[in-house]
Amino acid sequence: MSADDKTRLRRHHDMGGLDAGAVERAEHDYAAWEKRVDAILRLLSSPKRGILQIDELRRGIEDLGPGAYDELGYYERWIAAISNLLIEKGVITIDELGRRMEEVEARHEAERARTGKA
Amino acid sequence: MSDSHGHSHPHAPHPHQPDVEDAPLTHHQILELAVAELLIEKGVFSGGDMRRTLEVIDSRSPADGARVVARAWVDPDFRARLLADANAAAGELGIDAGTIPITTVENTPDVHNVIVCTLCSCYPRMLLGLPPDWYKSRAYRSRLVREPRAVLAEFGTVLPDDIEVRVHDSTAELRYLVLPIRPPGSEDMDEAALAELVTRDCMIGVTLPDSPDG
Amino acid sequence: MSAPRFPVGAAVRIRRAFPPGHIRAPWYLRGCAGAVSHVVGEMGNPEEFAYGRCDGPKLTVYRVRMRQPDIWPDYAGPPHDTLVVDVYENWLEPAGEETP
Repeated sequence: MSADDKTRLRRHHDMGGLDAGAVERAEHDYAAWEKRVDAILRLLSSPKRGILQIDELRRGIEDLGPGAYDELGYYERWIAAISNLLIEKGVITIDELGRRMEEVEARHEAERARTGKA
Repeated sequence: MSDSHGHSHPHAPHPHQPDVEDAPLTHHQILELAVAELLIEKGVFSGGDMRRTLEVIDSRSPADGARVVARAWVDPDFRARLLADANAAAGELGIDAGTIPITTVENTPDVHNVIVCTLCSCYPRMLLGLPPDWYKSRAYRSRLVREPRAVLAEFGTVLPDDIEVRVHDSTAELRYLVLPIRPPGSEDMDEAALAELVTRDCMIGVTLPDSPDG
Repeated sequence: MSAPRFPVGAAVRIRRAFPPGHIRAPWYLRGCAGAVSHVVGEMGNPEEFAYGRCDGPKLTVYRVRMRQPDIWPDYAGPPHDTLVVDVYENWLEPAGEETP
C-alpha cells in the first residue's frame, strides 16, 4: 500500500515510511526535570501502584494531536499526557493542579529575584 | 540541599542546574513540579521513591549491555541463555533488566539486525539507559523501516548487498537488543577489554562494534 | 491458554483496517503479508490497556517477517532485506484471505 494513500486514516504518531530528512545525530544531556518525568511515569506504572498503564501513556500522547506532537519536546509530551490522565482518573483535580502550578511559578520567580536573576 | 523557599510543601528533589534555575520555568517544567509535589503529598509515592527511581535511571547505561555482549562473546553457553531469556541472563551478571522481556537478536555473517520503534520510543532502557534523541526522532522512526541502508550509511555503516538487513519494529511489549558479531582481531582480548568495544549504537544496530585497533 | 491460531511458518497478512484508537499495528504494514517466524506468547491487549481495561483476555503475539520489496514497491535495497514486527493476533489473517 502506498505510503501516500490519504484515504485510510493514519494517525500522526504512526510515522513509519514517511519521508524525512537526515537523522540529526546531536544528543542532549537529559535535564533533571526530564528525568523526573520519567521517574513519575515509572512510579505510576509500577505493578505495585498500577495507576497508569504504559499503553495509557502512549494513547494519551497519541491523542495530544498533531500540533502538540510536533511542537512539544519528548518529555513535554509525556508530562502533558500524564497530567491529562491523572485528571481523567481523578487522582488530581484541575483546580488543585492549577493552584499548585501558580505556587510553583511564584516560588521560582521569588528565588530568581532573591538570587538576582529575574 | 537547604530549603530556602520558606514553605512547608515537600517538593521533589532537584539537583541545582544553573541554566534551568536562572531562567523562567516553562509551562511543562511547572507542570512537572506541581504534579510531583501533589503526588507526593497525596502519598501516591514518596520523595524517597522518587530519589530511588532517579538513581535507577542514572544507574543504567550502555555499559550494562556491553557487559552482557562481552560475556556472550566469550561464553557460548551464556550466549545461548542470553538468546533464550535476556532478562535472566543479565541477572546472572547482577544487572536487573526489569520485567519487560528483552529479546536478543544476533548478527551473523548473513544477517544484520537494526532496531526501531516507529510508533513511539520502545528501547531496552534497563540494559542501555535512556535512548539517544535521534532514536526518538521523526527522521529515524520514519526512514529506518523504508530505507535502512541509507540510514545506516549516515551512521557510517555500509553493508554488502549480499547480507540481509533485518529491521525490527518494536511494536509489542518487548524490547530488542542486537548481539553484534565479535570483531575480528579481538581473539586475545579479555572480557573487560571486549566490553570496551561494545558501543550503544552497535547494540541498536546502526553501527558495528569498535575494532580492536581503535 | 488458547492454542495459537498460526504456527511458525504460516503465511499471514496484517489486516487492511483503519479504525481510530491506540493501535500497535503500524499503518505502513496494513495489508502487508509475511511469515510467522516465532510465536512470542500471550500479552495483554494494548487497545484495551490504553483505557485502563486490563482484565480482558490476552492475545497471542506473533513475530512476522516480511520481505522489504513486499512492503515498499520502490524499495532501494536488495530484495532479501526484511522487516520484522510483533503483531497481536487480532490484526492477523491468513495471507490469501484478504478483507475486501
